[in-house]
Amino acid sequence: MKEVVIISGKGGTGKTSFTAAMSELFSDRVMADCDVDAANLNLVLNAEITETFEFVSGHRAAVDPAKCVACGRCRDVCRYDAISPDYVVDGFACEGCGACYFLCPVGAVTFEETLCGHYFTGRNAKGQGSTFAELLPGAENSGKLVMAVRTKAKEMAEGSGSNIILTDGPPGIGCTVIASLTGASFIVFVTEPTVSGVHDLKRVMDLANFFKLPGAVVINKADLNSAFCDEIQQLCEERGFGLLGLIPYEPLISQAQRQARTILSHAPDCPASMAIREIHQKLIKRLETD
Amino acid sequence: MKIAIASGKGGTGKTTVAVNLAWYLADRSRKVQYIDCDVEEPNGHFFLSPYLNEKADACVMVPVVDQQKCSSCGECVKKCQFNAIARLPGNTLIFPELCHGCGLCVLVCPNKALSEGERTIGYVETGMGWGGVQFAHGVLNVGEPMPNPLIRQVKHRGLEDHVCIIDAPPGTSCPFVETISDADLVILVTEPTPFGLHDLKISVDVALARGKQICVVVNRENGPFTPLNEYLAVNKLKVLARLPEDRRVAEAYSTGEILVQAMPEYAVHFEAIADAVIGMMNNCSREVRP
Repeated sequence: MKEVVIISGKGGTGKTSFTAAMSELFSDRVMADCDVDAANLNLVLNAEITETFEFVSGHRAAVDPAKCVACGRCRDVCRYDAISPDYVVDGFACEGCGACYFLCPVGAVTFEETLCGHYFTGRNAKGQGSTFAELLPGAENSGKLVMAVRTKAKEMAEGSGSNIILTDGPPGIGCTVIASLTGASFIVFVTEPTVSGVHDLKRVMDLANFFKLPGAVVINKADLNSAFCDEIQQLCEERGFGLLGLIPYEPLISQAQRQARTILSHAPDCPASMAIREIHQKLIKRLETD
Repeated sequence: MKIAIASGKGGTGKTTVAVNLAWYLADRSRKVQYIDCDVEEPNGHFFLSPYLNEKADACVMVPVVDQQKCSSCGECVKKCQFNAIARLPGNTLIFPELCHGCGLCVLVCPNKALSEGERTIGYVETGMGWGGVQFAHGVLNVGEPMPNPLIRQVKHRGLEDHVCIIDAPPGTSCPFVETISDADLVILVTEPTPFGLHDLKISVDVALARGKQICVVVNRENGPFTPLNEYLAVNKLKVLARLPEDRRVAEAYSTGEILVQAMPEYAVHFEAIADAVIGMMNNCSREVRP
């Protein structure tokens, strides 16, 4: 089974639109949305939720005012300024390290496990599986939630005998991105020919190299700037990543998005749809040889 | 005054709004500082082309084990909530990338075998940008999972007597929460699609839970998208500007141009945002703060 992760570094390059299109072309697939703090893939996939799981992770401190003697120990040991002068814990600032809980001389601090979100398995009308998650507003431990989403996707794929998992990754290079790609089989970088797109692509390529993962690039909105397009192609050669193809700038894609459809079903014959089908063929070949 | 420019979804135009607003305010003789808190993928420097005259390593504290003093009792391993310490016979191992720098292990070690050392996770640069905009950004090293300590250090470079325009990272989880924690106003940039709306709702919930004042900028508008307009009306969210979908904007963006310079007809939008911001600043200074 291959696990293909789609990432971009920069946000808004078209990861999710591309991933959704791929979901239609790979018939035997399970989808995983690892952008857990802004999960959008299911808005297009329209999967019916089959199972819901609670994501309980980490602890939050709270001070019991009945027991608190206001000695100041907890405030001294907290490095996150999470405890106010009148001994109220700010749940957003608290990192869940437990220093106040373990060191309070009178045991006035409680340290309960917290519900950080939910994750789901779902199936669309064709019975194809997918997993995604919702982090509670401002909750932490998103990297662990990503792992939970990936684990469920693997279980689903094994259960249905699917041979590919397509993962929609988060933007950036931080903990959720790292959690999305460690141990995956292949990375597809969706980039755009802009000064920011190229800069951010280099950083996610460095990240892929750091974890020794193979990958290939898709240039979206490719006709926006030909000089940067050339630079990306050169970058692919230098860094040993393949180029899967170029998708032209296409206003129909945002129109399709507005109707929560993929570009393939919205405008199957537009140049962008044709490019996406070619990329799909190339990706299959690349995965076979990898 | 601190104004955070944020969005749940990536690529909605945060950086475009932030750099143009900063540039526009500076052009109107305001003291302005642009602070890029998207430390995973910072891009503001491409637009403001700052002369960077100061660079400092960003460090976090991590425990260091004195193996001579360590009795392998496992107390630190038991207390660490982040699984950053492991015990092997005769050797206590630290996993620095997992450490949140809370310092608890040092405090609970009965043998005083742990001390703290600095570990570099990235750097902060400051300088003078285009149009007299003061500039600060942070760059996270590739492979580092935790951006928050670096975000805090970039924000520390904020100048008191300036209007600080803070460019936030995408997403709605801890890096976003950290970035907006001391903002007086959060401007959420969204796009009129189901993705944009879905992520806007989460960002609004988080910002409201943090007690923030919120305004919205709608980007890439192309005809009315009723669900967004209904949501904005029901929740009484003030829209400061609506920027149209325009390929020329994407082209100007691709080369790192300041939009209001490249296409002066866009100045009217940033004038509206700036007017609203200045109005709020005047109100803020009149209010008696607790």
